[in-house]
Amino acid sequence: MTRDNSPITRQKFMEELRRYEKGSITRRHFLGATGLGTAMAVMGGAVPSLLPGRAQAQDLGNRVVLATWPNYHDAANFDRFAEETGVFAQVNVFGSNEEMLAKLQAGGSGWDVFVPTNYAISTYVEADLIEPLDLSRLPNYDAAAFEQRFADAGTIDGTTYAVPKNWGTTGIAFNSSKTGGVVDSWKTFFDGARDQFDGRVMVHDYQLTTIGNALVYFGHSFNSVDPAELADAENLLIDVKPHLFAISSDYQPSMRNGDAWLTMCWTGDGKQMNSDMPEIGFALGREGGEIWSDYYAVPKGAPHREAAYALINYLLDPEVNAREALAHGYPVADSRTNALLPEELLNDPILYPAAESLTPLEFGAAVTLTDPNRAELMARFKSA
Amino acid sequence: MAITQARARALLLTPAGLWYAALLLFPLAVVLIFSFGERNPIGGYAPGFTLEQYANLPARFAAFRNTLTLAPLGTVAALLIAYPLAYYLAIKVSVRWKTTLLILVIVPFWTSILIRSYAWIYLLGGNGIPALLEAFGLGELRLINTPFAVLVGIVYGYLPLMVFPIYVALEKLDKSLLEAASDLGAPPWRSFLQITLPMSMPGVMTGSMLVFILLTGEFLIPAILGGGKVFFVGNALVDLFLQSRNWAFGSAVAVALIVIMLIVVALYTRAVRRFGVRRDDVGLM
Repeated sequence: MTRDNSPITRQKFMEELRRYEKGSITRRHFLGATGLGTAMAVMGGAVPSLLPGRAQAQDLGNRVVLATWPNYHDAANFDRFAEETGVFAQVNVFGSNEEMLAKLQAGGSGWDVFVPTNYAISTYVEADLIEPLDLSRLPNYDAAAFEQRFADAGTIDGTTYAVPKNWGTTGIAFNSSKTGGVVDSWKTFFDGARDQFDGRVMVHDYQLTTIGNALVYFGHSFNSVDPAELADAENLLIDVKPHLFAISSDYQPSMRNGDAWLTMCWTGDGKQMNSDMPEIGFALGREGGEIWSDYYAVPKGAPHREAAYALINYLLDPEVNAREALAHGYPVADSRTNALLPEELLNDPILYPAAESLTPLEFGAAVTLTDPNRAELMARFKSA
Repeated sequence: MAITQARARALLLTPAGLWYAALLLFPLAVVLIFSFGERNPIGGYAPGFTLEQYANLPARFAAFRNTLTLAPLGTVAALLIAYPLAYYLAIKVSVRWKTTLLILVIVPFWTSILIRSYAWIYLLGGNGIPALLEAFGLGELRLINTPFAVLVGIVYGYLPLMVFPIYVALEKLDKSLLEAASDLGAPPWRSFLQITLPMSMPGVMTGSMLVFILLTGEFLIPAILGGGKVFFVGNALVDLFLQSRNWAFGSAVAVALIVIMLIVVALYTRAVRRFGVRRDDVGLM
């Protein structure tokens, strides 16, 4: 088939097609003469599912759907995963655990892997929305390598439902060229919002952290559901609201362009902004606040369960995980991964703060996710 | 076998009928039933029969107030901007440029409203228009995350939906009427008020209703340009279903919104009659 690559006129193509239809030439000759053979080979190569490759051999299918958080992965890792397995990851991004739970409760989410936070997992178990994990299919998961406090929320009554992804904190990001220095307390955060930082402060559009940090301002627990303490938090939030720049969990654009000076902030966002703009710093509230850990889990009825296990196992590979951490800037609880991370990242005060600054922080409690008063308080604050 | 009139009618109406039954009436019935239910302890819906959700509606007063002030304001602003443009496009511009200009009105639709609204964050943000105005000595101005920013966003987003119905109405206008008015000595402003404006009312009505109804359900633009501080009923609904997961209360809010819209449409129909516009002239009705 020497004419494989030469172009063919429309007329000639039709002539060849008629000859093929009449059976006077073979299929092979037809494909060669018209150039369709080459075209099919090229297109086939671009669509791996058409090739009998490893994917079929392991019966993983060609797709896996991941529900996760914004700015939380290294996209190149998904490309490598697709190259190795033939499985393409489709990534859906969410704004809160409440939203993830709502989608799973509604049914038909189509997710294979999702990323719940520590305090949400017991509710998923209670609602029968999460699958117990078969750890034998996750050879890269080594429980002993993980720091216990960032892994234990994944196991409930001896059954492991979720394996750790990253951990982090919810602190304060501040633009020091505007705030004139470090802001490391919720007292300054909420009082400053009504005073020297008027119109420049952002809080999350997220009940756990916005209500939690308002509670911490009064010295209450981050997780309180006590009506009197929640009333304190509500009064503070409603009083602060007219002075806020915005109520939004998408705070990077406004912080970066200088409209907002101060925001509630997750570790990785703080690191990402600090890397690009050193004047933006990140500090933990001295009075307390949130420490959290995220997990990989498989929802009940995942349509591509085999691929889900393959993806989780791949992302738990220490080398892959290290590339993830370099991209998103969230700390990892896996000692094998940390051994591969550069020294300056491990000593970075944003990612791995001094142990004593972590002591006043609290893990979110399961009750905050389902407590109707907290949910309604947040809604009243937003519609006030 | 000949198709009888009745069979033809049935055949013609079946696809749309099934569509409406499956995707409008059935969901509407579900929402109505849910609105009398309760919130499941872990969120979602629990069956029940209570009027509690409706009694709780005042808790979303601000959302209804914001929607019912900014949606009419946005509609009027869009109308005031769209009418001269539609007039120019339909009557003044040469045939050569008409198509090009009409395409330019549509071009923004080629990009998602999400991305275009994000662009406004930068235009209205501290380094955008306020910085420009400050350079002219107009002092510090806050635009982003205010009701004004939301108004700008909705007028910008919905303007083409107002331009086209008015354009079509003006395009159909019989020019000989204007010539006759001129021959009989009417000055241009008079022939505009007595001929052009009344003849274009069907377009104005259709455009206004289209924009108003879509604005009452809007949630994206207030979320992006209002910074969570300008809360529409649409935002309340998103929160009730996705954050606090109170489907029962969310359904009650949705029913209340539908009732308000029905009242507005009823008032609109009456207004149309009063204007003396024939029913079949009004595209929407």
